[in-house]
Amino acid sequence: MDQTNDSVETNKLEEENTAPVKKVYIQRFDAYTRLLHVMVIVSFLTLALTGMIIKFSGIGIFQTLSKILGGYQVTGILHRMAAVVTFAYFGLHLFYLIKKIKLEKRPLKYMLSGENSMVPQLRDLTEFVQTMKWFFGRGPRPKYGRWTYWEKFDYFAVFWGVAIIGFSGLILWFPEFFTSLGLPGWFINVASIIHSDEALLATGFIFTVHFFNTHFRPDKFPMDTVIFTGCVELEEFKEDRPRQYEELLKSGKLEEMIVEAPRPKFLRIARIFGFSALFIGLSLVLMIMIAMLFLYN
Amino acid sequence: MKKFVLFTFISVSLIVLDVSAQNQECLDCHSDNTLVTERKGKEVSLYISSEHFNKSIHSELSCNDCHEDFEPDELPHRKGEMIYKVECSNCHDTEDYEKSIHNKKNVTCFSCHSKHSIQKSSTLIKQGPDFCITCHKDQAVKGYTQSIHYEKFKAGEKAPSCVDCHGNSAHSITKSKFSEGELHDLCLDCHENAVKNFESSLHGKALTKGKALAPNCITCHNSHKIESSKNPNSKTYKMNIPSLCGDCHKDGTKISELKSISQRHILEDYSESIHGDGLFKRGLIVSAVCTDCHFSHNILPHEDPNSSINRKNIPKTCTQCHVQIEKVHIKVIDGKLWEQQPNRIPACIDCHQPHKVRRVFYDTNFTDKLCISCHEKENIFKTVNGKKISLHVDIKGFNNSVHKDNSCVKCHTNVNDKNNPICLNSGKVDCSSCHAEHVDNYNSSIHGTLFNSGKENAPYCTDCHGTHNTQSKKDVTSITFRTNIPKLCAKCHKHEGDKNVSSSSSDSEIMKNYATSVHGKGLLESGLTVTATCIDCHTSHLELPASDPLSSVSDQNIAETCATCHLGIYEKFRHSVHSAEVTKTDKKLPNCSSCHESHTIVRIDVPGFKEQIMNQCGKCHKDVTETYFDTFHGKVSKLGSGAVAKCQDCHGSHDILPTYNPASKLSRNNIVETCKSCHPNSNKMFVGYLTHATHHDKEKYPILFYTFWAMTILLVSTFSFFGLHTLLWLPRALAEKKKQKRKKHGSN
Repeated sequence: MDQTNDSVETNKLEEENTAPVKKVYIQRFDAYTRLLHVMVIVSFLTLALTGMIIKFSGIGIFQTLSKILGGYQVTGILHRMAAVVTFAYFGLHLFYLIKKIKLEKRPLKYMLSGENSMVPQLRDLTEFVQTMKWFFGRGPRPKYGRWTYWEKFDYFAVFWGVAIIGFSGLILWFPEFFTSLGLPGWFINVASIIHSDEALLATGFIFTVHFFNTHFRPDKFPMDTVIFTGCVELEEFKEDRPRQYEELLKSGKLEEMIVEAPRPKFLRIARIFGFSALFIGLSLVLMIMIAMLFLYN
Repeated sequence: MKKFVLFTFISVSLIVLDVSAQNQECLDCHSDNTLVTERKGKEVSLYISSEHFNKSIHSELSCNDCHEDFEPDELPHRKGEMIYKVECSNCHDTEDYEKSIHNKKNVTCFSCHSKHSIQKSSTLIKQGPDFCITCHKDQAVKGYTQSIHYEKFKAGEKAPSCVDCHGNSAHSITKSKFSEGELHDLCLDCHENAVKNFESSLHGKALTKGKALAPNCITCHNSHKIESSKNPNSKTYKMNIPSLCGDCHKDGTKISELKSISQRHILEDYSESIHGDGLFKRGLIVSAVCTDCHFSHNILPHEDPNSSINRKNIPKTCTQCHVQIEKVHIKVIDGKLWEQQPNRIPACIDCHQPHKVRRVFYDTNFTDKLCISCHEKENIFKTVNGKKISLHVDIKGFNNSVHKDNSCVKCHTNVNDKNNPICLNSGKVDCSSCHAEHVDNYNSSIHGTLFNSGKENAPYCTDCHGTHNTQSKKDVTSITFRTNIPKLCAKCHKHEGDKNVSSSSSDSEIMKNYATSVHGKGLLESGLTVTATCIDCHTSHLELPASDPLSSVSDQNIAETCATCHLGIYEKFRHSVHSAEVTKTDKKLPNCSSCHESHTIVRIDVPGFKEQIMNQCGKCHKDVTETYFDTFHGKVSKLGSGAVAKCQDCHGSHDILPTYNPASKLSRNNIVETCKSCHPNSNKMFVGYLTHATHHDKEKYPILFYTFWAMTILLVSTFSFFGLHTLLWLPRALAEKKKQKRKKHGSN
């Protein structure tokens, strides 16, 4: 589950000719991954929005939202369309992993363990303990590597979420089909509870924890654009993931990772898109919180 | 004793023998039928039939018993002179006869009794009239032989012969002309009732007063040719009555010139009337003639309370023939009134003019002209409590009204000719005279109750129907035409709290609401006269507040009221679980208006209607409604979806049945089909979906309950963990940033 070496080809000459204030950028996400994440953002926001409209259909603001979007028929179609996108990126990502293993002949061991693996390691537990110490001022900030433990949680949360919400969603989408296979009728009720609550969990988690961890924490505030641009400034990279930096220096692969600065126009578009997504997400979580605390039973 | 009897017998025999011997002597000559003598130049037969004489009642007498002073040997039998006339009075009391008209007119004893063949008086009496007419040969007297009296006389029944009228006995016949009194006394002997009735009648009284033209018995019945009224030749036969009466009561007769009565052309009118038509053209002997209405002997003027044609008695008179007329007139007349208070209702003749009786109403009564002559004036008014009230009648409007063929007095029945003018204080028109049923309903209605209790603004008949310009409800221009009804009712029922209406109606904008309702739109926009207007639900005359159990819109009756149009739905509803016929409960069952608002009723496909129904169901079925909203159908429906399944889509709307009823849409056999209406691939497992499930009910839905709590624990723990994680991170990160900034400042 390594993504490092798929970096865009670097051009040292160009780098040397860059502007007087020299800012070096390091590649973090490849284009494929970034595209999938855009798909995740778009589909997830759509699913969350249209899903919450039904979950909280008794509450005025969601009814108004439904009307703005064109009624339950439109939100229903949007929800299903976004579901298709979700299944698409899920599939595309599985294809990406297969490609890595089969086509690029990466050893499975490398994928499941090691520095760049997405799979939680014993080291992640150590880092969590160190982090706790750091939170309480009992130690320095841990030297995080390529993937921190919360990032790994995010990653598997999507895996888990898509599987659970996706499957229960399919039952709700095609209840006649699933019951004709022998699934009892009451399971549709169970599916709707799971679908709904798991979605609430996902929504609540992404729009608060994920948002904070990645964007709103003071050192990244207000937004980390790395997921759109794919690259991070070297200085920031050193601060943020010192262990990966040291590893790269050691292996001498840092040079390979250097990429040109993102074009300002692209950065602007990325910012606008990113802020919009953040805004929508925050608004939605705010509405959900109000609904949960004051109006929903 | 024996000796005495023997003596008497012998002596009588001797006398007889002696008499017969003497008479035989006379007959020796007089039995010759050629024996004649000359008297005053005339040849007179002196023949006496011994046979006749011997049969006569005088046969035992000797000739000289009657022929006194005659000399048998002389010829003629007195010396040179005629024998004396026979004087019957020598033996018979002729005092009566001497006073009689026969005596005066030289009708002698012999004229009737003959000279020698004198019969027993009983024989003559038996012959009676036949005997009289041997002399009285004039036509009038001869007519007697065609009379009913003669017929009965012949049949041996008690019937008057000549002498019974013309004198008590044959000898006391005094005169042929009788005074009226005498005449009546004669008839009275047998025809007591008829004569007494006649005497108290118009005719009889005129006769008593000595009016020359007054009729007596014989005017109608003849003097001698008195015939049975059943005899087609009789003047008093039914077919002949009109011409009999018409002899006097037709235009141009002396009596018609002398007495001015309101009726003209009586006979002509009668001939053209339905009665006359029946009699003359169709030969219906049952058709009414003069005497059927006016009676034959007891003819009285219509002012007389006992008259058959007095207003009070008219119904009785007409119902002699029109026995079932009350049944026929039920729509216009309350049957009881015919007998009990005939003055309250118009008499037959108010509509069916006498003599002109047709199947149709006649144009205008003569009285109308009288009424109109005053009431057509614009400035006619009366003053009540200092208020001027116009009495002007819009004649033009009246002539366009549905009542145009009615006479004024048909409605204004309390007109009294003792008043001047006769219509003085005749009061309000009582429409119940004709529209009994409607007025009865009105009196029971809230309108009527308020009006009768003296409520000033309560509507009376005329407030909705107008007064003289009343038009048929079928007339498009009528204020009671269907499309105009809402406007009419809105005159008072505008808003709640209106001064006009003291009603406690909860509907504050009745008319505005009605206009937007499906009924109102149908009527006012689509112009459908079949849609419900105010009166279709509230009735036209028996309006009652919904709280009244008798009201057409009460909880008990509303369904049936709606059923007048929506019968198909009512039939379904009747058999549903909500019907009082099916479910016996003390709780209030829903009725039509529970789901369909009364005045704001809308089509069920109007957005919002179905959602509103759920609130209605929820009033009673609170639990299932709440849990319905916990499931997909309910949640989507809250977004304003009419398409998603609502209560009625699964349970049915009007034909709701409990699920254990095999006919229920949700019974084991039907549920798959029911779900198929939205889910075409519905199957037996699919219908196991819990449409009213809740994860809050541990007992009923344990799986859902535990699923929910498992999910909740997952959520809470995840959020708690990362929430805490974030809360710890934030201050540390802020502190870190501050430190870095200071570092930067320091290095700079």
